[in-house]
Amino acid sequence: MTFFIEVVLSGLMAGVMYSLVALGFVLIFKASGIFNFAQGVMALFAALTLVGLMENFGFPIWLAIIGTIAVMIALAWLIERVMLRHLVNQEPIILFMATIGLAYVLEGMGDIMWGSDVKVLDLGIPQGASDWMLDNFDIYIEKLEIFAAGTAAIMVAFLAVFFQKTRIGRALRAVADDHQAALSVGISLHTIWVIVWSVAGIVALVAGIMWGSKSGVQFSLSLIALKALPVLILGGFTSVPGAIIGGMIIGVGEKVAEVYLGPFVGGAIENWFAYMLALAFLLFRPQGLFGEKIIERV
Amino acid sequence: MTQQSAAETILAVENISLSFGIMKVLDSISFDIRRGEIRSIIGPNGAGKSSMLNVINGFYHPQEGSITFKGETRKQMAPHVAASHGIARTFQNIALFKGMSTLDNIMTGRNLKMKTNLFWQALHIGPARLEELENREAAEKIIDFLDIQAIRKKPVGKLPYGLQKRVELGRALAAEPELLLLDEPMAGMNSEEKEDMSRFIIDVNSEFGTTIALIEHDMGVVMDLSDRVLVLDYGKQLADGLPDEVRNNQVVIDAYLGVPHEH
Repeated sequence: MTFFIEVVLSGLMAGVMYSLVALGFVLIFKASGIFNFAQGVMALFAALTLVGLMENFGFPIWLAIIGTIAVMIALAWLIERVMLRHLVNQEPIILFMATIGLAYVLEGMGDIMWGSDVKVLDLGIPQGASDWMLDNFDIYIEKLEIFAAGTAAIMVAFLAVFFQKTRIGRALRAVADDHQAALSVGISLHTIWVIVWSVAGIVALVAGIMWGSKSGVQFSLSLIALKALPVLILGGFTSVPGAIIGGMIIGVGEKVAEVYLGPFVGGAIENWFAYMLALAFLLFRPQGLFGEKIIERV
Repeated sequence: MTQQSAAETILAVENISLSFGIMKVLDSISFDIRRGEIRSIIGPNGAGKSSMLNVINGFYHPQEGSITFKGETRKQMAPHVAASHGIARTFQNIALFKGMSTLDNIMTGRNLKMKTNLFWQALHIGPARLEELENREAAEKIIDFLDIQAIRKKPVGKLPYGLQKRVELGRALAAEPELLLLDEPMAGMNSEEKEDMSRFIIDVNSEFGTTIALIEHDMGVVMDLSDRVLVLDYGKQLADGLPDEVRNNQVVIDAYLGVPHEH
């Protein structure tokens, strides 16, 4: 029994890590209908910038984090100026292609500025197993993962209040809902885009910090975006809680499947289980668990 | 009449021409709207009425002509300029934020009245919170005025059509506009709902002194409400004048009933 709980818990924690990445996708998709292929690379870029500022310029941690946030906001502004502004009213597929381009640009920029070797990201986030859990419940769980879960919870609570209770949050939802109507009440699309890409950039930074602390800052960080895809399909592209719960389901699902089904099929289920789950969802509930129902009138 | 012509002109468009490719949608249209009046634009389908509103509020940019609003002349408007200078509007096919509640929709209408920056907003404390409360009060007044208290928290996508139209009017009113553009506010309504909406329009005009530009197909409503009526047909200006003048204008009658072409 303890073993089962341990498997579920470690799945939950891994899931939260996926959720962190999925969250960035949801934010941008909600506000602009763009599937941002570059979200994973943004996490890599943010982590690289953070490490770069600390190593090359000797910034203390807090200053490096503020500096990186500033860089991500500047990046959002640039993306709006150089890319989005010129692609208003284009087909979603064109915007999607543009974000693929953006992914390569960011990757290259990260390489040029900070080099391509694997870097260690040490922000003093506790590492190793939690002794307390081990002593009291005999359950093995990483401290970093608990920390990541806590951070994700705070971030989601913050985003929920921001989206629901403030003028800018309402404006974000308004733009997501109806561009013309939003313009008619004086909401500026350009400002909203900069804000939403900035927020997505900050979310990417948090994801980058967590993943970077876990496995080092390296190119493969950008590939975690692929794991966020099934999370999005499960949770729905437009739902913040969906991204969180979708991440947890994927995390738990693949761990449990690996441990209990793996032995029967020769293992390594963990690598493809999430995608199979997503495929099943696409067949039966394409809008995801929490996404808005897609109704097309004919 | 003399008293009317003495009233200040709030908006004047001159020689507005708009085309999409080879299709001419508006052909050298000129008219003005006086402060405090209800000005109707009528015409058969495809006459260019909605396009005219879209030009005024900056969605469409005309190739020729000029727009003078509150004494400032521009070649064209931009939506946020129009909104921030006091032009609000509703849409022919309701354009509400469907996933949001009635209250939130009306609160979005107060977007430009709220000034606190992202910093306070993000923290959701201090000035941002105070501002939220003040504007909430203004929104509640509009909810009372339109008698939609019961649907305050309901997502508008789920409301019946007539109520959605009312919420949309509420969102436009929330901006406290000087000029309110209403694009077929009564389309698809039954006679009772039409009466309600007419009453709201008259009340908005008389109580708040809001100038109104109205597109409507129901001639009874137009003749009852309007101070002056502009008639468009195929992008051309057919007539402009008092309701009675327009009603008895032979050209207008022909456009509406259709006349056999003489060959």
